[in-house]
Amino acid sequence: MATATLDPAVDQAALFEFLLRLGDNALILGHRVSEWCGHSPALEEDIALSNTALDLIGQTQLWLGLAGEVEGKGRSADTLAYLRDGFEFRNILLVERPNGDFGKTLMRQFLFDAWHFLMLKALKGSTDRRIAEIAEKASKEVAYHLDRSRDLVIRLGDGTAESHRRMQEALDDLWAFTGEMFMGDAVDAALAEAGVAPTPHSLKAGWDEIIEETLAEATLKTPADAYMHKGGRRGVHTEHLGFILAELQFLQRAYPGATW
Amino acid sequence: MYAQMVKTDSARVRSLDEMDPVERAFQERIDAGQKIEPKEWMPEGYRKTLVRQISQHAHSEIVGQLPEGNWITRAPTLERKAILLAKVQDEAGHGLYLYCAAETLGVSRDEMYEQLHSGKAKYSSIFNYPTLTWADIGAIGWLVDGAAIMNQVPLQRCSYGPYSRAMVRICKEESFHQRQGYDVLMKMVKGTPAQKAMVQDALNRWWWPSLMMFGPSDDASVHSAQSMAWKIKQNSNDELRQKFVDQTVPQAEYLGLTVPDPDLKWNAEKGGYDFGEPDWQEFFNVIAGNGPCNAERLNARKKAWDDGAWFRDGLVAHAEKAASRRQAARIAAE
Repeated sequence: MATATLDPAVDQAALFEFLLRLGDNALILGHRVSEWCGHSPALEEDIALSNTALDLIGQTQLWLGLAGEVEGKGRSADTLAYLRDGFEFRNILLVERPNGDFGKTLMRQFLFDAWHFLMLKALKGSTDRRIAEIAEKASKEVAYHLDRSRDLVIRLGDGTAESHRRMQEALDDLWAFTGEMFMGDAVDAALAEAGVAPTPHSLKAGWDEIIEETLAEATLKTPADAYMHKGGRRGVHTEHLGFILAELQFLQRAYPGATW
Repeated sequence: MYAQMVKTDSARVRSLDEMDPVERAFQERIDAGQKIEPKEWMPEGYRKTLVRQISQHAHSEIVGQLPEGNWITRAPTLERKAILLAKVQDEAGHGLYLYCAAETLGVSRDEMYEQLHSGKAKYSSIFNYPTLTWADIGAIGWLVDGAAIMNQVPLQRCSYGPYSRAMVRICKEESFHQRQGYDVLMKMVKGTPAQKAMVQDALNRWWWPSLMMFGPSDDASVHSAQSMAWKIKQNSNDELRQKFVDQTVPQAEYLGLTVPDPDLKWNAEKGGYDFGEPDWQEFFNVIAGNGPCNAERLNARKKAWDDGAWFRDGLVAHAEKAASRRQAARIAAE
């Protein structure tokens, strides 16, 4: 039961917020990736990418399920996914970027996977057993996501002139959305203090290492650090999220109270 | 069925006495229920017929991803989304096994794609119909996968080894697909009146196209007779259609739905249903490219292929670079 593991020292509102961030990242990226199903450039890629989407939707169920439990107002993972409006979503802006070409989708995946992998690795040591358990399961899946996206970034970066150009453009275009992964706020500080989660900033050095090594092997140029967009983690999104939710939530909104 | 009206190049089925010794030995193995394997001798007509049928089946799987894929981003719950995604992924997997099975007959996947994209190869007529509501996802699982199973269960005994073995695996997954489709509808008919109306509407639109999946009556078809002699095909189209109707009507009744056929009536004498004739004009129109979604489906496949050319080329170029680097390193080490 939720109450049995409720640690009074941990700010439950902060914990709820943190779980929404994890769950919403998985949900929105899973949604984006699932848009490729049936349209990928090769059958094997279609299958692999659907696997990634499936893993992310499974993780969404776990994180948002736990978020609902922590909140204690009877909201399920589905209620949280299907009946919140955009300003209540806490995903980073990177995951709501449109798919673009397959290269951009892979680059977005790689930039996110590297962070996701490190975040889950840290969460395996969370003082909250429920979080540690989910992280344990999810990190196995995400280790594979990272292996795959990293490998493809290298192959395409160091492939033809065209594949190189496309991957460099994807990287340049998405770079300004990577900074948000490492920006902390009061929620992060409270959870780090309680040993529930790492501070976002503590993941930066590890991420830089994965990115630099991979991009070097891919013969891609790391963009110069410039302005970084932010807002998703506190509910201020880009215009893209509204359309994602219009699609995602259509049936639940059009037929209130119906069960499926 | 995912393969419709497959031609055999035969003018008529010849008897054993008319065959030369090699072909006769081949036919006798088939008659004895033995499997034919890739490297073994086979008549050219047998090989070509199998390539047509297996590639048509494979194309149906990957084009079949599109109508259901249409609802992945709009699935009503996280669980339904995951199930649908897994199902559409299975279909890509079926396409993969089948392309591999066809490749054992000396045709490459790229050649088969080329035939699909140019319109030379067909895929099942059913996938040219649109998925307009969530109930269509249930109806496809229940009716379309149900009809496919009718055809594919006997194909597990097909004389060609790789096709037969692919079918064993595919059938297991298809019966799961059918159950999930029925489950989607069960939930909906127990729901609100609007949900129930959505299900009836889906049945109204999918019933006849599902019956058409078996193809027109083929009792007089020389191609079907030849395919049966080769044990590529086991039952006539009408037999399978009858079996499908007999199985499906009670399921529709259980859901509280009305099958949109005024001629549907239980015939105690034959122990099966009598039912109306599908509109074969519509079927031939869809086959000829005039179905509601033919253009969209084919364009979506072509777009995926064309837009992905740079991706595939990039991977090939990298593999070549990596190989030459390995070779250079080997030479330097020597």
